[in-house]
Amino acid sequence: MLEVSGLTTAYGAINALRDANLTVGEGEVVGLIGPNGAGKTTLLGSIAGLLPISAGAIHFDGADITSTAPEKILRSGLALVPEHRRIFSDMTVEENLKIGGITTKASERAELLDEMVELFPVLRDKWDTPAGYMSGGEAQQLAIARALMSKPKLIMMDEPSLGLAPILVDLVFELLDTLRSQGRTILVVEQNATRMLEVADRAYVLRSGEVVADGTGRELLERSDLFDTFVGG
Amino acid sequence: MAELLQNLIDGLGRGSIYALLALGVAVVFGIMHLLNFAHGELITIPGYLTYWAFNNGWSWWTVVPLIIVSAVISSLLIERVAFSRVRGAKDFTMLLTSFGVHFIVSAGFLLYIGAAVKPYPRPGWFADTISVGSLNIEVFDLVVIGVTAVVLAATTWLLQRTMFGLALRAAAADFDTARLMGVNSDSVIRGAFALSGLLAGIAGVFWIMREGQVTPTAGINPMLQGVLAALIGGLGSLRGAVLGGLVLGLAEVLLRSWLPVGIQNLTTGFVFVMIALLFIFRPGGLLSVPQVERV
Repeated sequence: MLEVSGLTTAYGAINALRDANLTVGEGEVVGLIGPNGAGKTTLLGSIAGLLPISAGAIHFDGADITSTAPEKILRSGLALVPEHRRIFSDMTVEENLKIGGITTKASERAELLDEMVELFPVLRDKWDTPAGYMSGGEAQQLAIARALMSKPKLIMMDEPSLGLAPILVDLVFELLDTLRSQGRTILVVEQNATRMLEVADRAYVLRSGEVVADGTGRELLERSDLFDTFVGG
Repeated sequence: MAELLQNLIDGLGRGSIYALLALGVAVVFGIMHLLNFAHGELITIPGYLTYWAFNNGWSWWTVVPLIIVSAVISSLLIERVAFSRVRGAKDFTMLLTSFGVHFIVSAGFLLYIGAAVKPYPRPGWFADTISVGSLNIEVFDLVVIGVTAVVLAATTWLLQRTMFGLALRAAAADFDTARLMGVNSDSVIRGAFALSGLLAGIAGVFWIMREGQVTPTAGINPMLQGVLAALIGGLGSLRGAVLGGLVLGLAEVLLRSWLPVGIQNLTTGFVFVMIALLFIFRPGGLLSVPQVERV
């Protein structure tokens, strides 16, 4: 469904990402792990069209989406829950969700709003509250719900558990399970490597801008040479 | 007391026009960090069209829509020809581009139409007044205040209740994230310029009526008042822009009435001193918005 080949992204003179290859098949939950500064966020940002690509190609759902505008990539069915959530803090929860569904028809949007409230009951209580007043866990749920509002074929999440209390981290991983059981395709960047590998069908390990290993979650958990990568995150 | 009331109405009338201009400046600034020094051209261009229209037998009934439509089209054209090319550039680059647009447009009028003042008739009711007790209220002020109130209410509805309004606010808050949600950057920027042009057009109707004439540099004053009002209110804040416009209008009228005879010509100077004082105590303006660093 998603195929990244030979992707290189540069920040000035530094190659933040070198020759990265990655695939995500339909219905898969794929993890992307590695220490800070490994290029995980750069990889997601490049796929989503936020960062200029120096070399390589990205294909999604049969179409070439290399160097395409972010709004066009979203419209092709690929959504990103960005790092630090980036919710619109002056806008209400309802307005945030509506923006997430801006590409859908009004009638469909109303149905999706109901669906999100069912999936994330906490959003109902904060419906008319400016999103900036939400706690970290609530804001993360809003950020994910907002991305789901576009009915993505593939949803990418950048560090959904970052900065959350342990109990909320549990909630995020439960949520990943729920989304998987709904048959959704997910690509997740996670600092919490061990837990990610337990949940993921497959995973890629990034280090210093390069993909250094890939395999099923179980295979990677048994690779002792990658141990420093897991705890170093 | 009567004099104060009279001044308040007078000031609100002036301030309403500034508020509409400032709101147009703020809408564009919010979305692309462009402080548009060419905003006044949205009055100069319709001003010349007004002059042309009256020479061709038009009346105010048809000139009013002409002013509004031409302001919207001018705003969109200027975006297309100039600002779309510097999108995402440094704020200073965009600022200089807007200066460039201003100078090119006024030089164009100077070259092809000339420096001479081009007059046209004011509407017949322009100087009418209504007496309420000891008050003499200008009908023009009442019309301006009334129309502005309706326009502001409609703009609020647009921003709060429509998907276009939501997209505009989201893009102003965080442009990249809005695009990640599927907000089309071209449409939202063009929409902002159309709205900015519409507001300038409505302000322009009153400005052009009041002036009764047009020159190549007719846009400088409305641009300055609009930009100043937006700065006073807090650049980027739409509520602030409206507030800034009203405050600026009231300050001008009240100062003129309170300053001793003989130094009333210094009103503008005093207004600037007050603005300087405001920025010393509130550098971000009356309703400053926290500046989020853009990536």
